[in-house]
Amino acid sequence: MTTASARPARDVLGKPSSSHRLRDRLFVIMLALLTSVALIVLAVLLINTASDGVPEISWSFLTSFPSAFPAKAGIESAITGTLWLMGVVTFVIVPLGVASALYLEEYADSSRWWNRVIEVNIQNLAAVPSIVYGILGLAYIVRGPLSLGRTVLAGGLTLSLVVLPVVIITAREALRAVPPSIKEGALALGATRWQAIWRQILPASIPGIATGVILSIARAIGETAPLILVGAATFVAFNPTGLNSAFTALPLQIFSWVSQPSDQFRLLAAAAIIVLLVILVALNAVAIWLRNRYQQRW
Amino acid sequence: MSKPVISIIAAAALAVGITACGGSSDSGSGTGTSSGSVTVDGSSTVFPFAQAAAEAFQSANPNAKVTVGESGTGGGFEKFCAGETDISDASRPIDPAKEVPVCKKNGITYTSVQVANDGISIVTNPSLKITCLKTAQLNQLWKKGSTVTDYSQLGSGTPAGKVSLYGPGTNSGTFDFFTETINGTKGDSRTDYQPSEDDNVLVQGVEGDQTALGYFGYSYYESNASKLNLVAVDGGGGCIKPSVATIQNGTYKPLSRPLYVYVNTKALSSKPQVKAFIDYELANAEASAKTAQIVPLTPAQLSQAQAALKKAEGS
Amino acid sequence: MATEVVTNGSGGPDARSVFGPPRRRLGEKAIAVVLFCAAVTSVVITVGIVASLAGETITFFADKAVTVGGFFTSSEWSPLFSDPQFGIRPLVQATLIISAIALLVAIPLGIGTAAFLSEYASPRVRAAIKPTLELLAGVPTVVFGYFALTYFTPTVLNGLLGLDVAVFNGLAGGLIVGILIVPTIASVAQDAMTAVPQSLREGAYGLGASRRQVTVRVVIPAALSGVTAGIVLGASRAVGETMVVLIAAGQLPTTSLDPRSPMETMTAFIGATGKGDVPTGSTGYKAIFAVGFALFLMTLILNTISIRFVRRYRQVYE
Repeated sequence: MTTASARPARDVLGKPSSSHRLRDRLFVIMLALLTSVALIVLAVLLINTASDGVPEISWSFLTSFPSAFPAKAGIESAITGTLWLMGVVTFVIVPLGVASALYLEEYADSSRWWNRVIEVNIQNLAAVPSIVYGILGLAYIVRGPLSLGRTVLAGGLTLSLVVLPVVIITAREALRAVPPSIKEGALALGATRWQAIWRQILPASIPGIATGVILSIARAIGETAPLILVGAATFVAFNPTGLNSAFTALPLQIFSWVSQPSDQFRLLAAAAIIVLLVILVALNAVAIWLRNRYQQRW
Repeated sequence: MSKPVISIIAAAALAVGITACGGSSDSGSGTGTSSGSVTVDGSSTVFPFAQAAAEAFQSANPNAKVTVGESGTGGGFEKFCAGETDISDASRPIDPAKEVPVCKKNGITYTSVQVANDGISIVTNPSLKITCLKTAQLNQLWKKGSTVTDYSQLGSGTPAGKVSLYGPGTNSGTFDFFTETINGTKGDSRTDYQPSEDDNVLVQGVEGDQTALGYFGYSYYESNASKLNLVAVDGGGGCIKPSVATIQNGTYKPLSRPLYVYVNTKALSSKPQVKAFIDYELANAEASAKTAQIVPLTPAQLSQAQAALKKAEGS
Repeated sequence: MATEVVTNGSGGPDARSVFGPPRRRLGEKAIAVVLFCAAVTSVVITVGIVASLAGETITFFADKAVTVGGFFTSSEWSPLFSDPQFGIRPLVQATLIISAIALLVAIPLGIGTAAFLSEYASPRVRAAIKPTLELLAGVPTVVFGYFALTYFTPTVLNGLLGLDVAVFNGLAGGLIVGILIVPTIASVAQDAMTAVPQSLREGAYGLGASRRQVTVRVVIPAALSGVTAGIVLGASRAVGETMVVLIAAGQLPTTSLDPRSPMETMTAFIGATGKGDVPTGSTGYKAIFAVGFALFLMTLILNTISIRFVRRYRQVYE
């Protein structure tokens, strides 16, 4: 492609000179600075919140209920509410997400228009703002056809809607990562399609799927906007008694305390944030550990 | 599938177990036997009082579950008359034109009891030094279509400052009462202000905005008195500041008002925990009022309320 | 499909003894149907979203107090007052202003981070920064809202920069949302830059270019489709962001263009009104749906554009 009459580098890129070297150096510095801004903000956020919140964390904070007195207030109902929601979400997204992914990867003929519709659909759903899912939950789950009221089940179902598309997408990638030779070997030995899936492909892709599920749960835990529309009254000072119970959750409690002008409640909000972040880091660590431990080299 | 995963699941289950068991022994050492759920919703002005009562009640009766919401007086009545709540907190009486027919239609009968007093307090940011406002000036500032953009336009020595207003939203009984009393008609108000059903958000707003003025229930001022400037109101009898005394004896005019609790009669008779809670709320009204920094009932008002409640329970 | 049973005539185990008799035709079909139904659920959800939003939106416009023209052109939004006004302009304006501020912050930061990670960072530095960015992406938005209200506005905006903003203001909202979407833009842009074939870089190096010139004049233009996809995706996230603006930007629908004053976005309106638990059938309830529908359409359009860009840049190199 270079010929004798090609334009020399000098014409294309300009004269290399010391000013260029200066510019090169400044450029790297600028990029490093840009990169560090977001990281610095994160650090300031964490340090600030921790310095406010960590002193407030105590066993009694973790085992008390919300109260009008900051000194007595705690997050027990928020923690148990979050755990209950996590349970409902897991119960819904694992079968539904894996089944949908299995269908799309193993059974769907991508030349059929309806399968393409489903695929595009899932991609769009993954990008819908979570508050729109809250509206959906309010209209159809809390009220409307399901009329569950502001209960744990309603909250869990709404959160499942938010993360289901992501679970489907990650599960699909996990299934896709299993080499076709595994499946073809099983089929060649006379297995039916389902047997091949159930006994070979699915087991091989479980670590990937589990990682996706755990990350989705981590995301669901932090979602506040849908719960605002679907969640219960301000003051819930008891642990959920069942799926039909009113509930509160960590993000809701944080939001409620942030809205209070008293500085004392702000500190409590910071403490609740730290607890929430610890839970999230733990979940992410489990997911990463799973991914590293069980990642198979084909 | 493998030990680490199983141990993680076990740890999680253990965590749930600990919080579930550890909590109930810490949360309430009471020996009360009330159990079951009580749903309360309504006025954000009454909310601190209801929350204090609910908390004390649950402490004494660990098996009772009281949820208190803050949808506003109007929102509370909507749910009450739809049979969704047992008790509705209200900072104004139920509307005979709009709300009573709905309750009637759904077969909801109720009793109302006064539980506290309140004086709507006009507050400003400490940097905005307004000491007294006449009701006429308040009307000029807040009426529908008001063109006041600077406080100095209100005349008689009000300082200059860009008008930045905070107030309750339209579901609020405080909004209804204020607009009716100051502007003549319920709901008559300018719309270019920051509304919120959550009075705490209003306090935050006024605190942080140097030319802010807002109005909300007295308890929200009391709880944040060090960060707010209280404005005296001249309702014809001179500039009076709201306080427990002036609200109880009615000299803080015209913004003094009673706070009510409406109880569903059917719930009262069929759910013993509702009866227990409302009895408790009245019996401990003074203590709850103190906690919530709300203006309590006078002894005369208290005995009147208890008599009314007894009558409703007896029937 | 391979459902023929392979019998082994020379003594090895035959499939039948390993897998059992092939009696599963009906079961297979049933399973396929079950899985299909699961996948169709996603379609049902989308239909549900569009139906709930569109249906109530139509009822909303049928209400006497609302006119289609007024909805789009009127500049007052006071749906819950006695003489309600339904001009969505203040809400859309606030959403656009805050998203614009967010993008102004996030685009340089995101592209800069992506370029740094893709072209300059050593594998060790990259291994340290990438998870930190993922951590940033994983922090719940309510935490950012808290940070914006309690620290950023008083300490940075009013204290450090001396800007004299109100406690609720659009600027804090916009800047924090910007930080929030940096990981989105950075990760998509970085993938796009890494995907640029090494031969292009080597060609430029061969001609005597410095790394800076390669980055700025070769890699970024080559990755432009992917970078744009990331930006559009970030914009979509900024538009849909609720908690930060609900906590930090306030609930005052205003036509003021000054970001130092409070402003209510579409998402903040939905959150604030939904929290108040408006009764079904009231105009406030229907207003939630109308605004939600507008929001859904906006993000849908942005997302479709983003997917198109991704598809385009993938095709160039595969």
